[in-house]
Amino acid sequence: MEVKTEFGSLKQWEKGGVSAINANPKHYVFSNVFEVASKSKPYDKVAVGQNLKYALEAVRAEGTSPWFAANNDEAAIVMDGDIEVHLIKPFQPVVPAGKEGAIRLDAEPKGKNMGWMKVKRGHMALLPKGAAYQFRNHGEPGVMLLQTIKGDLTVEKWAEICQTF
Amino acid sequence: MSTATLTGTTLLTAAQNKLGYESFSIGKFTFERDEYFAHIIYPGNRHIMPIEAFLRALMRDVAWGFFYGTVNFDNVFGTINHYGTVEMYIGLNNFAYRNSHREYVETFQSKDLKKFFESILANWTNEGFDPFAAPEETGEAYGPKRGDNLQAIQRERLAAKRFLGLPGDLKLRGDAEGQPVNRQFTDVSQEKPELHPEPGFESEVHAVNLFAYLSRSDVTWNPSVVSVVHDSLLCPTTEEHILPIIHGNDRVEWFVQLSDEIIWDVEDKMTGAPVCKVTMKAGDVSAMPADIRHRGYSPRRSMLLVWENNDGTLPQRYASGEFKPYPVEF
Repeated sequence: MEVKTEFGSLKQWEKGGVSAINANPKHYVFSNVFEVASKSKPYDKVAVGQNLKYALEAVRAEGTSPWFAANNDEAAIVMDGDIEVHLIKPFQPVVPAGKEGAIRLDAEPKGKNMGWMKVKRGHMALLPKGAAYQFRNHGEPGVMLLQTIKGDLTVEKWAEICQTF
Repeated sequence: MSTATLTGTTLLTAAQNKLGYESFSIGKFTFERDEYFAHIIYPGNRHIMPIEAFLRALMRDVAWGFFYGTVNFDNVFGTINHYGTVEMYIGLNNFAYRNSHREYVETFQSKDLKKFFESILANWTNEGFDPFAAPEETGEAYGPKRGDNLQAIQRERLAAKRFLGLPGDLKLRGDAEGQPVNRQFTDVSQEKPELHPEPGFESEVHAVNLFAYLSRSDVTWNPSVVSVVHDSLLCPTTEEHILPIIHGNDRVEWFVQLSDEIIWDVEDKMTGAPVCKVTMKAGDVSAMPADIRHRGYSPRRSMLLVWENNDGTLPQRYASGEFKPYPVEF
């Protein structure tokens, strides 16, 4: 028997949903990361999950991103596309002490080059705390799911992305 | 044969029946098995479950350390984790039992009940039956006692401290470790990420092939932690057939369907009344509120990302009403 594992992509995804019997579908905050990324600006960090202060963000990877940094580890799961992650260890801390979630840097920080990695669908990359990182996508746009802490850059547009009835 | 051990105020006993299975007692509960069924005897009555379903549920309850919240073995019997103690109950989350005051509950020290359950699993799991495996990948649980399968029921729990594959952390899977790609994931790419660390940054410029890791899982419905951000835990798992328990939440948890499809039956946590069905396809994201219980059906092997908040204060804060049972207001 032929084996076919079904993964979604920006070009092709199918969406399920909440079929209510005695429930408010909004309580399930149901969305699809590919659909969200298909309507997002490049590197907008759109929340698709929130568990109190923690967030899961869907990110459309297209072109080169700004530089970001956070005081906490983050993880990026590539759901579609090929993406480079470039890392710099800043000479001076670039995120204010106590700040949670990622911040956007105005420019490439001065620091030591840590190296880079190329990740594709199914890969999970560590975005280590204290490092600055930049995503680069050279081909078809990709999609990432970020595990992080909700921060200033987290875009919340639940009513636009979630099933409401 | 009969043995008795006093654990606190709890008497543990074991006696063997003519089929070769031991019977086990803790508190006022007694567990017996025959060729096809588990019998749970409690003051005034007994509950009966198909042995395969019972062992599959028991395996998860033991492996997960009673998990987050309620582990309903079916709509009558189960456990509630109070993180140090555990309630074992009949009918506590069943409207008819509660309405007629037929529920029965005892509280045990977690370590005592875990040890007790492990003893049942060890004695009742026959050679060739793996309660963690998909039905198509294992033998039968039925019949008189024949051997055991300690290797299957004593798997080490997998939990990364920071991130899968980092030095000193949870190890990746591979052929060399005796972990082949599962029969239903033979098309999943095993290609590794390209890593180009500068000297001194080898442990920070780090990525893994998560889907390849999952494709080599030999168990089903068994989340393992692969990435930790404070109390935020990514716990992916591979699923096939039916979730052997009905999980009652004591906090909000989230699901991200990474591949294929799972259909969830969602019920009211306390009564079992149907609430909704949630169909999840690859890329779908859904919360599971704190006031429901759920059981998943995965028609073929699929990859599911379970996202948990491990904050130990949450059960009380949800139970007290400090937090609403759903995660986002919009």
